[in-house]
Amino acid sequence: MNVHRHTFDAVIVGAGGAGLRAAIETAGKCRTAVISKLYPTRSHTGAAQGGMCAALANVEEDSWEWHAFDTVKGGDYLVDQPAAEIMCREAVDAVIELEHFGLPFNRTPQGKIDQRRFGGHTRNHGEAPVKRACYAADRTGHMILQTLYQQCVARGVAFFDEFQVLDVAFVDGDPSRGVAGVVAHELATGDLHVFECSAALFATGGFGRIFKVSSNAHTLTGDGPGLLWRRGVPLEDMEFFQFHPTGINKLGILLSEAARGEGGILRNEDGERFMERYAPTVKDLAPRDMVSRAMLTEIRQGRGSGADKDYLYLDLTHLPPEQIDEKLPDIAEFVRTYLGIEPKTDLIPIQPTAHYAMGGIPTNVSAEVILDAEGTVAPGLYAAGECACVSVHGANRLGTNSLLDIVVFGRRGGAAMAEFVGGREPPGLAPGFEEAVAGTITALLGGVEGTERVADVRAELQEQMTLNASVFRTDESLRAVSATIDRLRARYLSVAVTDQSMRFNYELSEALELGYLLDVAQALVAAALARTESRGGHFRDDHPLRDDANWMRHSLAYRQPDGSIRLDYKPVVGGPYLPMERKY
Amino acid sequence: MDVDLRIKRFDPENDERPHWEEYRVTVDESDRVLDALHQVRWYQDGSLAFRRSCAHGVCGSDAMVINGENRLACVLLVRDVGSKITVEPLRGLPVLKDLVVDMDAFFAQYRKVMPWLVNETDPGDGERLQSPEQRARFDDTTKCILCAACTTSCPVYWANDTYVGPAAIVNAHRFIYDSRDEAGDERLEILDAQSGVWKCRTAFNCTDACPRGIRVTEAIQEVKRAIVRPHPESG
Repeated sequence: MNVHRHTFDAVIVGAGGAGLRAAIETAGKCRTAVISKLYPTRSHTGAAQGGMCAALANVEEDSWEWHAFDTVKGGDYLVDQPAAEIMCREAVDAVIELEHFGLPFNRTPQGKIDQRRFGGHTRNHGEAPVKRACYAADRTGHMILQTLYQQCVARGVAFFDEFQVLDVAFVDGDPSRGVAGVVAHELATGDLHVFECSAALFATGGFGRIFKVSSNAHTLTGDGPGLLWRRGVPLEDMEFFQFHPTGINKLGILLSEAARGEGGILRNEDGERFMERYAPTVKDLAPRDMVSRAMLTEIRQGRGSGADKDYLYLDLTHLPPEQIDEKLPDIAEFVRTYLGIEPKTDLIPIQPTAHYAMGGIPTNVSAEVILDAEGTVAPGLYAAGECACVSVHGANRLGTNSLLDIVVFGRRGGAAMAEFVGGREPPGLAPGFEEAVAGTITALLGGVEGTERVADVRAELQEQMTLNASVFRTDESLRAVSATIDRLRARYLSVAVTDQSMRFNYELSEALELGYLLDVAQALVAAALARTESRGGHFRDDHPLRDDANWMRHSLAYRQPDGSIRLDYKPVVGGPYLPMERKY
Repeated sequence: MDVDLRIKRFDPENDERPHWEEYRVTVDESDRVLDALHQVRWYQDGSLAFRRSCAHGVCGSDAMVINGENRLACVLLVRDVGSKITVEPLRGLPVLKDLVVDMDAFFAQYRKVMPWLVNETDPGDGERLQSPEQRARFDDTTKCILCAACTTSCPVYWANDTYVGPAAIVNAHRFIYDSRDEAGDERLEILDAQSGVWKCRTAFNCTDACPRGIRVTEAIQEVKRAIVRPHPESG
């Protein structure tokens, strides 16, 4: 295996919104490499649809404090309130900056950035829905990704496209002593590349592919959290995973919450607007965890549609056709393409789809990775975006706050990293560090006589996670899937990669990704099993109430040398908003 | 249903020239062509190389030639293409392996047109104003996902890869007609050169190929007119 060596001050892993925004910040300040397993414009930020919230008050009265309150309440009070305040306050500048970068937002008649309603965003602490989401039709994420990439091209950022990062090196192998480099696998050649650096920012996105039905891209496999976890970095709040209410039935393709922001209604088999019973004030615009639970409750009680009574409907038929054309063109086209029906006249079959990880690599508000409940910083190690956990989303993220998160904390991480590397020389990396990765690849390639197929192990993981660890969970279901994961981890050791080619060996890439999927699934289930309460996206049928006395705390999952998991906890950082019952 | 896939394969490590291989897979008629390709890679032949990510037509990874036309494999359903499916790599870009083509030249052409907003005027603290009508003027060309389906459908590009190609022009158009941009003249100068818009023979292949429904040929014509008649209604 050929090995190439590079030296940079800073390395950014992942080229979605968070990674690109960080790169804009470091460009011109330090030698930066952006390493991505996809071409940057293929990143899943581009699939985000509905908008990015900021209290611009362009359309109606609003304030960033109201936004912060909604974020804290939407997150079921597991949000670290100072972090949410920073995000919501800086949201205003972040949106304006994107506009200055050229982002083509929709406009008001006065020429300002237009805004619309979104789930869980309200005026004056829950009085009524507020128009806070800045948007570009239903392709806001596409516009953010394109705009940030354009700005990186303008700044001459160095990209390593189609390089999959597989390992991270710390000084003396100790995350608390500093970053020394990363190791990447070049898809085009099969060669390994060692990037020595003083700092690394991980922005690898989510891992929805642990579930069978997901809005996530095939490539969202938890590589960043997985490889850091293997090297001793904990994962925070992994039990909190969001299911988006409106995925296309069976396929999971996202139909934006903007559809309901524009007036769309959820209906059951009887045609009833069932959300009126679950959230009388904001109805269909309740936060996603509540809507997904309401939907599955309707299905459990026999009010689903179809032969198996297992889906519900999104109704857009009462909207003016020109509103669908202008505000929701892409999702209307998805419905036509994948369901063969017309959203202007037909009800759209939908089901909740695995969408977003609230948990991930623990960070502080400067995107510095922290290693324990005391907040010990891993010097030079940063994370931002969905792979990170600040925590601004707590137990349930509000719609649009992910696009906000990537821009605000991508910028903060990039700025902090540029400052950190100033005047430093990379600590250096002993030759041969890449041998661990080389060994893993050689073992997978040498496993031709293995008995397991990547696709079979992955399909069973996805099936069992969906069955046992999704919207509704119990002690029994989580123990069952925990045992399944243990068995699958054993089977993973016998996986055969039949393709022996070094060039574009996607079978090998998928085998490596499966290893990370198993890691993050294991962490998720362990944390979910331990949390004997229901909060946000984590709902336990056997512990259906929130338990503030015992569980106002974040979980930290550590991988032990023997492969088992140790859990630790740290308190939620409070603020002005005291926990109260979550009604909408 | 059973589907017969005929795929053009090429592995430069082992093959002197491309060859065809055939696979029979079982899929639902509502499955995507991408799902059929996954059936091959996951269960029959792990060496089949193709790019994909989002699987619903927004990331632009899986443009390829399907039954003779440039399509995204994740946007085309099996029921719309039938039980005999022929898949080839995009034409006009070097094949690196199977359905994976070298995108470097494509992105280099994209970078040539200065694909970013240029505005040296201090915007102050607020947003730059833009009317809904000004915003609508360039809406169509903001949809581009850089999948290369248009450029690699263009017979002029096949014959002459110094031509910047439809995708680069689309991305120039997006800024030329943006009322906030100040570098329209520079971009028009770039596109007035020998490698620019005048190479276009209005074959309309690009418009047919675009999976986002962008009126690509019309955008190219608008850029041509802007060169002939500087300072158009870009605002």
